[in-house]
Amino acid sequence: MDVSELLTIEHDVLVIGAGGAGLRAAIECSSQGLSTGVISKSLLGKAHTVMAEGGMAAALGNADSRDNWKIHFRDTMRGGKFLNAWRMAELHAKQAPARVRELQEWGAVFDRTKDGLINQRNFGGHRYPRLAHVGDRTGLELIRSLQDHGIHQGIDFHMECTALELLKDEEGRIAGVAGYWRDTGRFVLFRVKTVIMATGGGGRCWPVTSNSWEYTGDGLAMAYDAGAELMDIEFTQFHPTGMVWPPSVRGTLVTEGVRGEGGVLLNNKGERFMFNYVPERFASETADTVEEADRWLAGEEGTRRPPELLTRDVVARAIRAEVEAGRGSPKGGVFLDIASRRDAEAIKRKLPSMYHQFRELAEVDITKEPMQVGPTLHYFMGGIRVDHDTQMTAVQGLFACGECAAGLHGANRLGGNSLSDLIVFGQLAGKGAGEYIKALEKAPHVEDDPIKEAFRRATAPLNRETGENPYLIQEELHEIMAQHVGIIREGEEMREGIKKLEEMASKIENVKAIGASQYNPAWHQALSVRSMLLVSQAVAMAGEMREESRGAHTRVDFEGEREEWGKVNIVVRKAADGTMELEKIERPEPAKYLSEIGYADIDDLESGKVGADAPEE
Amino acid sequence: MAERTFRIWRGDSEGGDFVEYKSEVGEGQVVLDVLHTIQAHQANDLALRWNCKAGKCGSCSMEINGKPKLACMTRMNMYEPGETITCQPLKAFPVVRDLVPDVSWNYKQNKRIAPFKCKPADADGKHRMYQEDIDRVQEFRKCIECFMCQDVCHVLRDRDRKDAFAGPRYMIRVAGLEMNPLDDEDRIPELKHELGVAMCNITRCCTEVCPEHINITDNGIIPMKERVVDRFYDPLLIAFRALTGRRKRTKLRTVESTKE
Repeated sequence: MDVSELLTIEHDVLVIGAGGAGLRAAIECSSQGLSTGVISKSLLGKAHTVMAEGGMAAALGNADSRDNWKIHFRDTMRGGKFLNAWRMAELHAKQAPARVRELQEWGAVFDRTKDGLINQRNFGGHRYPRLAHVGDRTGLELIRSLQDHGIHQGIDFHMECTALELLKDEEGRIAGVAGYWRDTGRFVLFRVKTVIMATGGGGRCWPVTSNSWEYTGDGLAMAYDAGAELMDIEFTQFHPTGMVWPPSVRGTLVTEGVRGEGGVLLNNKGERFMFNYVPERFASETADTVEEADRWLAGEEGTRRPPELLTRDVVARAIRAEVEAGRGSPKGGVFLDIASRRDAEAIKRKLPSMYHQFRELAEVDITKEPMQVGPTLHYFMGGIRVDHDTQMTAVQGLFACGECAAGLHGANRLGGNSLSDLIVFGQLAGKGAGEYIKALEKAPHVEDDPIKEAFRRATAPLNRETGENPYLIQEELHEIMAQHVGIIREGEEMREGIKKLEEMASKIENVKAIGASQYNPAWHQALSVRSMLLVSQAVAMAGEMREESRGAHTRVDFEGEREEWGKVNIVVRKAADGTMELEKIERPEPAKYLSEIGYADIDDLESGKVGADAPEE
Repeated sequence: MAERTFRIWRGDSEGGDFVEYKSEVGEGQVVLDVLHTIQAHQANDLALRWNCKAGKCGSCSMEINGKPKLACMTRMNMYEPGETITCQPLKAFPVVRDLVPDVSWNYKQNKRIAPFKCKPADADGKHRMYQEDIDRVQEFRKCIECFMCQDVCHVLRDRDRKDAFAGPRYMIRVAGLEMNPLDDEDRIPELKHELGVAMCNITRCCTEVCPEHINITDNGIIPMKERVVDRFYDPLLIAFRALTGRRKRTKLRTVESTKE
């Protein structure tokens, strides 16, 4: 291979991934006059962001004027079980409202309040109605608004183009990306000064997931290989309500918006069982009778929130416990009932995709019957470790934002904080990349050898005579992850899983893609099973290391939160000898005003007794 | 479980043919599930697009037994037990490989549409609009860009007049902007001169296939045609405007009227 003959494209910044975070980052880069490219495995507008349903959290104060960034910040920290990066949670809570309003100025059409402002709905863990939304298709609105705005900003979109490897110069700075166009199978070399990773999570490592096929952890794997660190990777969120029937759609998301609109969870005895699962930390802010919960829903002041709106980790574990105790629904979940709570017209207006999804796929009319739901792998709280202000990783010139980055959500993410994460940190990553480029004296240059190596590795599955079927390999991986690294974890079980994953490595080295290079999903699959294995190993090893239960990480052998584990994050990196290395790193002390707000009694915070002197910018 | 027969178009821009596969079909499965089973076990390199598998992204549109459908939302029990299922790519676009069409033309049409131009905020810095004024806009914004409306549009499919008409998808995109109370751009000349709204002959095939049940023709295209006619062909209005120098108002005015 002659590198000079390769199709070569030059940019200042290449954004990998065209979901909400990637598009927002690209728009920011372009606005600074940088030559910006975006590559995505799929067509523009199809990224996993379109599946987000409920809304984006921002303390706009439109639906309840008592809301502000401090309360949003406190909710986020409490939801994340205080393992979040304090500074990121602060930036997020402060900047989300401006980012949401900006979306509206770019054409997003949110549902309205009676006064004509952006409407906000209730969601789990959020004290006030905070989620700007569009029915139950908020993600589609977000991605379409960014897409239709972005195409006029001078950004080069390279659709159906897959990144293979990150390339660095001799000083270890980002200098390029090796990729290929799926429609032709043709290789492409991007020579760039920075890369922004916006590649999402790795939910496809599990069989029951709400994630689209793209969620194979490629970005995490590429960054890890390039020398970046992964953090909090043991925290994988199981969304409490996925469809459980029919089998082929098991895992498909049922939005938390159903509960936000008043939907309740029932076991097969017709009991609202969530009242039995209220954790101590939330007891003083949660209703303890059905009557109080209903009065809260009707908007009565002085009442407390229904327990169905507790954080996702709590609800998911409760559902699992009910099913285990034999109180589940006929198809192995529990009942989620909106039919008896709201009239048919309101359901169709506020939850149109849920209505459609259940009617088309399960032949269930949710305005008449309850849904059956159960936990589904939904989100990676952990990801690539980044600087809290610039979003740069341990690799010079490599940035990360959105789900593939770690920090904001800690041990558990609140619903609605993901879409706002995308736009807040997408923007900041774009800014960070711009500042990095400004300070660069000379563009980094990658030598020929690493380029040739990258393409040689990529073609190996095509060139092999025989080998493993990449689709069946993924099924095998699914079994291991479901059995050994599920919603409830145990040390010995995970250690067995880690061994099985190690055994899979040699099979994956020998995977064979049948067919040619043009639009060949087998080839694509053969390349991404390696990412999935790597991500699975990181989750399993970090999960085995964290000997406590916190947020989404539940250990039967180590119940409850342990104080010493609240002081550390687990970081995973590639050691010099190529093995996976784990380290507990001490968490930095938060700014005094942040810790005061985070741990404040809610009345003290709202009366201004605490947090009044916190900087607003 | 029952064995079913699938005929899948395999090939590329040079040509191709239908290949027959037999596969087991499980309870509640959709066409996409069966295609995945075939791909995993019999045809690893079978090219098809899909992402969300929940009818939200519009990637897996294809022609199933002659009708454009989302493969992820098409249940197998909608067909007769012995019926052969035939899958082929959307016909109105060139094929890349197997079930994957080249839909890049659509993205080019989108780029031709002038971007949303936001009106200035109210005095308190906020933008206001009312739910009843945006219900219709939100209907159009449900579009998941599956391009099935483009696929069945006679102007694009049978007459191949992609040079003259941007297609139903972009008619409702413009309608969504034109009816948006916050959009400050005049869309009518663009609709007439650039995007070819007059080419549509209202057969409503697009509306029929829309998986989001958007009433493309009646709620989107016809009102746009009317606004074009009002602006360019109404002799009385033309005379009136020539005398008074006033432009036809095409936007909803609820925002202003309620502020007073």
